[in-house]
Amino acid sequence: MRPQLGWDEGFEEASRRVAASTLEVARRRGLVDIGYTTVDTPVGTLFVASTGRGLVRLAFPEEPFEHVLEELADTLSPRVLEDPKRTDAARRQLEAYFEGRVHRFRTALDWSLTPPGFSRRVLEATAVIPFGSVSTYGDVAKRAGSPRAARAAGNALHDNPIPIVVPCHRVVPTGGGVGKYGGQEWRKEFLLDLEGALAQP
Amino acid sequence: MRLPPFQRLLDEHRTDVYRFLVAAVGRQDADDCFQETFLSALRAYPRLRDESNLRGWLFTIATRKTLDHWRGERRRPIPVERLPERAAPEPPDGDPGLWSAVGTLPPMQRAAVIHRYVLDLSYAEIADALGISEDAARANAYEGRRKLRSMQEVNA
Repeated sequence: MRPQLGWDEGFEEASRRVAASTLEVARRRGLVDIGYTTVDTPVGTLFVASTGRGLVRLAFPEEPFEHVLEELADTLSPRVLEDPKRTDAARRQLEAYFEGRVHRFRTALDWSLTPPGFSRRVLEATAVIPFGSVSTYGDVAKRAGSPRAARAAGNALHDNPIPIVVPCHRVVPTGGGVGKYGGQEWRKEFLLDLEGALAQP
Repeated sequence: MRLPPFQRLLDEHRTDVYRFLVAAVGRQDADDCFQETFLSALRAYPRLRDESNLRGWLFTIATRKTLDHWRGERRRPIPVERLPERAAPEPPDGDPGLWSAVGTLPPMQRAAVIHRYVLDLSYAEIADALGISEDAARANAYEGRRKLRSMQEVNA
């Protein structure tokens, strides 16, 4: 006995539809700890993840999204689901930023991926550097409480889990040039140019 | 121990779980059972201690939901006009008589038959999903199949 089931078609689609409505209920019941989506921008397709507290992670395409998802599942919670609604606010602000309509991100941030300490203070100091201006590694180190830790500040910025929104691209070397960037230097240049912060030749 | 992001479980097993539920409770109730299955799974997921057989774990939850569903169906007064729909997953090319016959099997046999003959699971996988021994899985599938065959002979 093997039932002849010619009804396989439609299961994929039907289950996708039910999964989408299940996601709505899950979010309402607080069962989605991390929601993520991708956003197309001039610097590539970005991975964006938010918790109930705010934007927690942004990644450039060089980092395989599967790895980023695993990192989030390991360090924060395995209840990670694709959820464009959870990330809606961040996505819209990013789009507006790249269109030049937004100069300041107003989305809430979740710092969970950076434990409190020097690194966190460096990123917090960086978060307040205004659109269109730049700071130096030494300066953010100083504002993070360790004036001579410019190199350590550079490392903290390299590990910034929320680039662009926490604008580590606005931190440049004292000696000139745009300096290093975790998300490739051409992007740093692109972002500074977008903000009109590149020194005119 | 590292649990994968829940989205991966959903992507990998969503369609099979849904197929099982349609076979087990019919199209009409499959959506509800699917939702309950994944909400329960999501609730329990962070506390899960064994990541070796996530598929089996999901099917265990799904099977439990179908057992709950059948029990509820028996308790609930069922309007007569709904009866023929029960457990008939509206298979366009399938045999509707066979499906209503599956619906009359005791829950464990019903689940074992669906796991074995619709989802093509091994007895080891069925044992995992139903939380019974491999021998019991084989016995339930065998017994269910025997009953179906005799019912079909009666109807033929």
